[in-house]
Amino acid sequence: MIEVSDITKFYGDFPAVTGISFSVEKGEILGFLGPNGAGKSTTMKILTGFMPPTSGTASIAGFDIVEESLNARKHIGYLPETVPLYLDMTVSDYLAFMGNIRGMNGKEIAQRRSDVIEICHLEEYSSTIIGKLSKGYRQRVGISQAILHEPDVLILDEPTIGIDPIQVVETRQLIKDLGDNHTLILSSHILPEVSLICDRVIIIHEGQIVAVDEPENLGTNLSGVERVELEVKGPNREILAVLESVDGVQEIERDTVTGGAFHRYQITVDLGKDIRSDLAKVVIQNNWELLKLQSLGMTLEEIFLRLTIEEQQLNPEPEHAQ
Amino acid sequence: MNNLIAITAKETKAYFAMPSAYVVGAMFLVLTGVFFVFDISSPFAEAGVRGLVDWASFFTIFLAPLLTMRLLAEEQKLGTLELLLTSPVREWEVVLGKYIASLAMLLAIQFVTLYYVLMIYVFGDPDSGPVLSSYLGLILHGAAALAIGILGSSLSANQIVAAVVGTAVLLFFTFIDRVSSLVEGAPGGFLNAISMDGRLSDFTRGVIDTSHVIYFLSLIAIFVFLTIRSLETRRWR
Repeated sequence: MIEVSDITKFYGDFPAVTGISFSVEKGEILGFLGPNGAGKSTTMKILTGFMPPTSGTASIAGFDIVEESLNARKHIGYLPETVPLYLDMTVSDYLAFMGNIRGMNGKEIAQRRSDVIEICHLEEYSSTIIGKLSKGYRQRVGISQAILHEPDVLILDEPTIGIDPIQVVETRQLIKDLGDNHTLILSSHILPEVSLICDRVIIIHEGQIVAVDEPENLGTNLSGVERVELEVKGPNREILAVLESVDGVQEIERDTVTGGAFHRYQITVDLGKDIRSDLAKVVIQNNWELLKLQSLGMTLEEIFLRLTIEEQQLNPEPEHAQ
Repeated sequence: MNNLIAITAKETKAYFAMPSAYVVGAMFLVLTGVFFVFDISSPFAEAGVRGLVDWASFFTIFLAPLLTMRLLAEEQKLGTLELLLTSPVREWEVVLGKYIASLAMLLAIQFVTLYYVLMIYVFGDPDSGPVLSSYLGLILHGAAALAIGILGSSLSANQIVAAVVGTAVLLFFTFIDRVSSLVEGAPGGFLNAISMDGRLSDFTRGVIDTSHVIYFLSLIAIFVFLTIRSLETRRWR
């Protein structure tokens, strides 16, 4: 449904995205994850035909986004990051206008308008001036215009940003429901949100894709990247010294334990290594008591930080090189 | 075509629902009316619309950019331009739709000035030919001013900047002939040719000079076209 191949976009000399490729199957919900300024919005603006890529191609429903932009745009429902609303129009008039410019006739508009008002729970506000609505409701109006014309592809840029927690939950549920009937791309910098809603996640950082996977697999594929929790009875200083000498240990943090005669350590481990047996061995060899040895799964937050930091280490800041 | 109609209808509705359009329109009518009264009260006043057209066209220089400043600047500010340009709508449909709506608003305001004309007919006996040709001139001049205004609106997300740019360009076209007399040869002739000034006085005399009509129509076409290009090149910035 969506094919993106090797897209690069420069703003002047600044590369906002470089060499991004991915594809989205029909019916899939794809999450776009990255910190602010990672290139999520830029990629979405390119996909929706708002601006062309500097190089590379992309197609929506088989239509090239530059060559056949008008046809591609017919298949897209888009909610930009700043919800685009005419504040002086009523919800109902706004939706009618949006339907009009997407080539819907009066009958279709009347039908679909009441549908989307129902889907987005806007019944009470259909004749309210948009400027008077709260942010959460404005967001819903934004979503309702995006789905009004029953597009094949929905592109939602940070759909839950800036709305209150209860509405966030409702909005997420709404998006998840929409995913049943649409191919959906969603961007976010909130990890639980993406793992909750999406079938597949693309992690993007400084304009490049650093990981693509299902939310669950992101954890397991990176199982080497993990932390180990260790509880040992023994002299702290010596334990630390020994643990640090174990191959693969990156960092050791000591947790304060109250009321116990043991020490608890959080050990960060190198990528792709399971050193639990090595750790057990050194503890036993030193005749300390091993109370607990547990591998801690990484949360998406940690995976994300890890990935983006790795990325930075691999590609040192280019401006310093110049 | 449907898109064009939808955009024109929405924008026209917005104009007539907008308090600021009425305020600006009322200001224009008051100023035009006051100066019309001064003109008509002088001892040697003629029963004609020349004075009215002179003042109306002068105040149009400020009225038109105030009417058009919102059209594209606001869309940029609200982010709705992104919505329009990612919908299956062409840039020319957006620009032309908005332009036609602003023209409708201007015509509505100019229509009210017919009240002054009515007064002339009540208290005098003007020649109807020049009255009609004057209004043709006034409409053409206003339409050209709106086209210049909408270009200004496409250049900035700030409405004030949009209005100032529009007014500046309009003042340039209005008063460039004062400078052209100082410039010798072909460049001076060119500046004279592109000047708006003096063209309306032919209309007020009852003369419809094709070259003047073509001049105003060209200005409209050029500036609407430039606005469309300005919107298209936004994508490439």
